[in-house]
Amino acid sequence: MAQTMTEKILSAKVGKPVTPGDFILAEADVAYAHDGTAPLAIKVMEENPFMYRVAHPERVALVIDHASPPPHLQAARAHTLMRRFARRFGVRLYDVGEGICHQVMAESGLVRPGSLVLGADSHTVTLGALAAFATGVGSTDIALVFAFGATWLRVPEAVRGVITGTPSPAVSGKDVVLDLLRQVGADGLTYKAIEFVGDGLRHLSVEQRMTVSNMVVEAGAKAGIFPADDVLLSWLGDGARPLHPDPAAEYVDEVIIDLSSLEPLIAEPPNVDRVKSVTDVEGVEVDQVFIGSCTNGRYEDFATAARILRGRRVREGVRCIAVPASRRVYVRLLRDGIVQELARAGCFVAHSTCGPCIGAHLGILDAGEVAVSTSNRNFPGRMGHKDSRIYLASPATAAASAVEGVIADPRRYLS
Amino acid sequence: MRVKGRAWVLGDNVSTDHIISGKYKFKAISSLEAMLPHLLEEVIPGFSEKVRPGDVIVAGRNFGMGSSREHAPRLLKMAGVGAVIAKSFARIFYRNAINIGLPVIEAREIPNITDDGDTIVVDLSEGVVANLSKGVRERFRPFPEEVVEILRAGGIVEYIKEHGWFPWAGSTG
Repeated sequence: MAQTMTEKILSAKVGKPVTPGDFILAEADVAYAHDGTAPLAIKVMEENPFMYRVAHPERVALVIDHASPPPHLQAARAHTLMRRFARRFGVRLYDVGEGICHQVMAESGLVRPGSLVLGADSHTVTLGALAAFATGVGSTDIALVFAFGATWLRVPEAVRGVITGTPSPAVSGKDVVLDLLRQVGADGLTYKAIEFVGDGLRHLSVEQRMTVSNMVVEAGAKAGIFPADDVLLSWLGDGARPLHPDPAAEYVDEVIIDLSSLEPLIAEPPNVDRVKSVTDVEGVEVDQVFIGSCTNGRYEDFATAARILRGRRVREGVRCIAVPASRRVYVRLLRDGIVQELARAGCFVAHSTCGPCIGAHLGILDAGEVAVSTSNRNFPGRMGHKDSRIYLASPATAAASAVEGVIADPRRYLS
Repeated sequence: MRVKGRAWVLGDNVSTDHIISGKYKFKAISSLEAMLPHLLEEVIPGFSEKVRPGDVIVAGRNFGMGSSREHAPRLLKMAGVGAVIAKSFARIFYRNAINIGLPVIEAREIPNITDDGDTIVVDLSEGVVANLSKGVRERFRPFPEEVVEILRAGGIVEYIKEHGWFPWAGSTG
């Protein structure tokens, strides 16, 4: 029977064909948690001696990224707890500064086309860009996966996301996923997987795809999967096998994203699906610009920002905070002089952390302040005070806004 | 399994940030109880003091959207909330709630007609939710048997403690 990528991956996991609606007990290839979710998972394991074990230490990782380096004692304590757990069970620990968990996992080589990846963070879906079935779960779930190697899943229905055309220079993966959110809304893909196909895929690098997969959860999706095509296989560069949906696979719905007609988009507060053309909100005054996060903290994101900021200055009165998603990204940016360009333009460039995106540290917004952020959520209070306002946009739009001090169209800078 | 209590009515798209803001999650290191006063604080001020055991949240679409933080359903349960009824749920909240033994029910009609303080009854085994104050009764799609077993045990950890393994066969750790 013709299968979606979701069905192929999950069927291989349980050793028999599965169909949407089936409940399965699935063994994870990779399981990870961060300092926001690992402490509760460790607590569950400690309180239940029959769970105080790790079935497959080589498949498990703990990542210190959410409040990193620790801005307060409680975070420091969480990190201590994680380090102790990692030593006790011999699992990988990615410590302060190594990066945001999803980026670190993408770089680790652990995630392969066809992998089942479970992470105790909603943005685990990011790894769907590597043709994995990757989905976020809670702390109890991840504790079960750590202890027993598996947890339960309901096989989701899949939606086909057809990406066609050729994008203009100021358009990137962020605009693609904002267009998706505009079309389907904040609960339009709830419980479902979305699988991306189409001739436009060849214009989307793996980094851009990670931005798209990252935000499918903002539409409620369980996974956002790209095929293992030539773009991915050459990025992996290690002889991984292709993975595509069968041509006759059954999808419950279809969404079409035309790159050729796409313009820079922006999501107005307070919801991710309040998506407008950047021209509709141009001129809104900005207090802070944040370029980074698991959504847009990769090399290309900062290279694009630097193209706009090079030889220009961040407008006086604006804080422009740039945070690479991993140490590896940071080192590449250093090597290529991009950190220097950003710093010269007046950006605050920090080591890798989730900090500003979740209002943890490094750029908390005050009441009444406005931010343009390349992150993934603009709910009230997400980055600080509940009466601050967050506009979500691409690194290009964010950088243009930093230069002008108001929400600005990046097409003036990139053509 | 039956739940009975007063309704607390909320709208669409209540996020886990609304339920418990991410900025408090590090308080959970010392104790989850320390986060309780902040439960739903921006939505229903003083909720954690006003709620009574068995009370029911009645919400619109996409309840629990956003972060995977399990603190959200745990704190609702700890505060005494007996069930959440919504038009739809975000999937991670939904599975977290099942895993920790908080009943989550998708209903079409009850969220439209319920006011704060109405008396709500949920019968999980029968697959029925009723608003006694309004005299409205609605059937919901019953859970798979395994999920009812998890809820009855009080959560998946309790279930495994009791039975030695998940309610689904397959896979070994």
